[in-house]
Amino acid sequence: MSAEALPILEMQGITVEFPGVKALSGVDFRMFPGEVHALMGQNGAGKSTLIKALTGVYKPKAGTIKLADQLISAGSPLEAQKLGISTVYQEVNLCPNLSVAENIFIGRQPMRFGRILWQELNRKARALMERLDVDLDVTQPLAAYSVAIQQMVAIARALDISAKVLILDEPTSSLDEKEVELLFQLIRRLRDDGLAILFVTHFIDQTYQLSDRITVLRNGERVGEFKTADLPKLKLVEKMIGREMDAGEGRKADGPANVNGHAVPALFEAEGLALKGSMQPFDLAVRKGEILGLAGLLGSGRTEAARLLFGADRADHGSLLDEHKRFALNSPQAAIRHGIGFCPEDRKADGIIGELTVRENIILALQARLGVFRPLSRRKQEEIADRYIRMLDIKTSGPEQPAGKLSGGNQQKVILARWLVTDPRFLILDEPTRGIDVGAKGEIMALVQSLSKDGMAILFISSELEEVVRCCQRVAVLRDHAKVAELDGAQVEEHAIMRAIAKGQE
Amino acid sequence: MNPPAPSLLRRVTGAKLFWPVLALALMLLFNLAYSPGFFHIEIKDGHLYGSLIDILNRAAPLMLISIGLTLVIATSGIDISVGAVVAISGALVAMLIGGTLVLKGNVQEYVTLVPMPVAILAALAVSAAAGLWNGFLVSRIGMQPIVATLILIVAGRGAAQLITGGQIITIYYKPYFFIGNGFLLGLPFSLYIVLAVLLLTVLLARGTALGLFIEAIGINPRACRMAGINAKNLLLCVYTFCAVCAGVAGLIVCSNVKSADGNNAGLFFELDAILAVVLGGTAMTGGKFYLVGSVVGALIIQTLTTTIYSIGVPPEITLVVKAFVVFLVMMFQSGTFRRTVFGSWGKRVAKP
Repeated sequence: MSAEALPILEMQGITVEFPGVKALSGVDFRMFPGEVHALMGQNGAGKSTLIKALTGVYKPKAGTIKLADQLISAGSPLEAQKLGISTVYQEVNLCPNLSVAENIFIGRQPMRFGRILWQELNRKARALMERLDVDLDVTQPLAAYSVAIQQMVAIARALDISAKVLILDEPTSSLDEKEVELLFQLIRRLRDDGLAILFVTHFIDQTYQLSDRITVLRNGERVGEFKTADLPKLKLVEKMIGREMDAGEGRKADGPANVNGHAVPALFEAEGLALKGSMQPFDLAVRKGEILGLAGLLGSGRTEAARLLFGADRADHGSLLDEHKRFALNSPQAAIRHGIGFCPEDRKADGIIGELTVRENIILALQARLGVFRPLSRRKQEEIADRYIRMLDIKTSGPEQPAGKLSGGNQQKVILARWLVTDPRFLILDEPTRGIDVGAKGEIMALVQSLSKDGMAILFISSELEEVVRCCQRVAVLRDHAKVAELDGAQVEEHAIMRAIAKGQE
Repeated sequence: MNPPAPSLLRRVTGAKLFWPVLALALMLLFNLAYSPGFFHIEIKDGHLYGSLIDILNRAAPLMLISIGLTLVIATSGIDISVGAVVAISGALVAMLIGGTLVLKGNVQEYVTLVPMPVAILAALAVSAAAGLWNGFLVSRIGMQPIVATLILIVAGRGAAQLITGGQIITIYYKPYFFIGNGFLLGLPFSLYIVLAVLLLTVLLARGTALGLFIEAIGINPRACRMAGINAKNLLLCVYTFCAVCAGVAGLIVCSNVKSADGNNAGLFFELDAILAVVLGGTAMTGGKFYLVGSVVGALIIQTLTTTIYSIGVPPEITLVVKAFVVFLVMMFQSGTFRRTVFGSWGKRVAKP
């Protein structure tokens, strides 16, 4: 690698700690001028922490940052910007009601005698956008343009302030294909001009379209830096997930349901279900007594798919069938009426009602289905709560403890209990084992399996492939917000899933 | 591993009702010492008279509004239009009963434009409509509650003035006076109204799943949606109920002063009512609510007002005194404050 140009940016041994957590430990990272460098890793791998350490949001506990061979230590994003490191965030943080030109120069308006020189401001903005080859009227409010153009305006602003290192944090997540292509053209042009560009994305395909170099992070550590051309997609996925595949590993014994899996008719089916900006059309069928896995990297659309199936988001395309009968699903209430339950990924925001007691949390969904005027008696509530506290072994000082005071695993069990009480026919579990200890994980997995044996259809979403392989008879694989493969029976093994994640159906 | 059972003292002071009740008790104790005759109750014409009865009677509208507002605040909402609804309800009932003195010879004759029950029902129906409007804005349009109900403050007072024609309508129809001035079994009639509404509300909130849903929505609306609770209709009902409570309060106020004043009836009631709810232990952020606490809160406010007058605080500083007492009560309700000031009094375990 000695023939390469000197890196413009070098981060060495960056360690960032939060109370109780090491978010980054000793990460090295470098960027070269005239290159697009992709930073890859699952959620929580440390991507955004690294960016924030670079742009001065977090102060690293250890490590050095060199920009053009000068040691730097930015105290804030503003300082970083002055040094030549600009960031364009996922959510465009400009003012939609101001004009394009104002947005580019806000805070740096050309002034004379306390007056803003509008003509000059607009002229400069026009010149800048022309240089980026973007054709627009800079006096129009920003909101008049699409998100893609807004992204470009944000980039223009960043470039005009400083132009050594440009960080693009998930710039494509809210763009459609055409807009992505437009943005990529711009990025390539900037790269050819010699800018060092850091590109963070969940989309593997886009990484390969655009980047020259990839750094993979996992669990706050650097897995490695690779030339994009030297790193096949499958290897990349392995490195992100952290499981090297040996031939023969991960073979799964056929579960009993596989034997006659196809003989069982579908219980719930989704046909071309889609929501613009969230999920591409997908088909999915789940059968009685089956655990259907939903695999894919974080951000691949797993939660989005689950929310569509539960009516938490309203699909704008496609339809849902309950035992082959079409039904309208426009709210979680409707889903619950059809016997669907949903343990959401974000327990705190979407699940637990912290100040209510464990008892109240457990009976909530059942009571909601019964309605206001058919209250469960206190005795009945206690009976239910006691039964599920015992059955799921929820560690609580009693049914009257506020649920928010329980540990993550126990909160998960409370939400699980909430749905089991409603006796659902189809239960969607979005990351049911995330952030809970190993023991509780095992218990939840065992419970899921016993529920399916009793005839419940289960959609099991997990980023831990090992879990998916262990308990699912069938696995649908998502990538870039689309379903790309469905694996059945003997195909359900980690290697095949990873291959599907990396390049879709072979 | 089990924590030791909390002591009796701790259990009592931990109860939400403890602090408002203590504040009320202290205030009464203060009166026992400083305002002679405060506890004196006499029987005149079979009715009970005295400062205590007076406080109960005067606090009736505030107690009613506080009950309704408690539910709204529990959903993490707010209704600042209750005062305007008081004015509308009063104006409407006064207009329907008619504001003209009818004399037959030298004797006053009690006549109404429409039968009194119809007038009352109409006033309550319009109050309910006002509440539906608030609820619609909040639950369907998704407006912030304070903004949504602010609209009705302006529009409501306007409507009330429109109804009264900008004048104060005086009511001469005697049977109507009973609502705000009458006595039943020796006690003010308005008190029975409050008790009935309180009882009904407690039954509705705690006897059905309503209370649970309201609290759940106040704490975590997103999780409620996921659990299948229809927050929209619930909010609609809660705002409507609150406005109806304000409407009933309007009837009492109007009957009590025998007139309807679109401008001033119920003025600043919303502020006193919010105060009463908070004094009663319900947090402005929503969640757990305490209906009886709010009623006690309303009594605290009225007792305070009466006390200030009866011990002869100069009128120019009454508001300051009131504010100071309210401040003290609020501070003592806060567990954080008590711990900071009294250290280990709350059996706080020292942090390492």
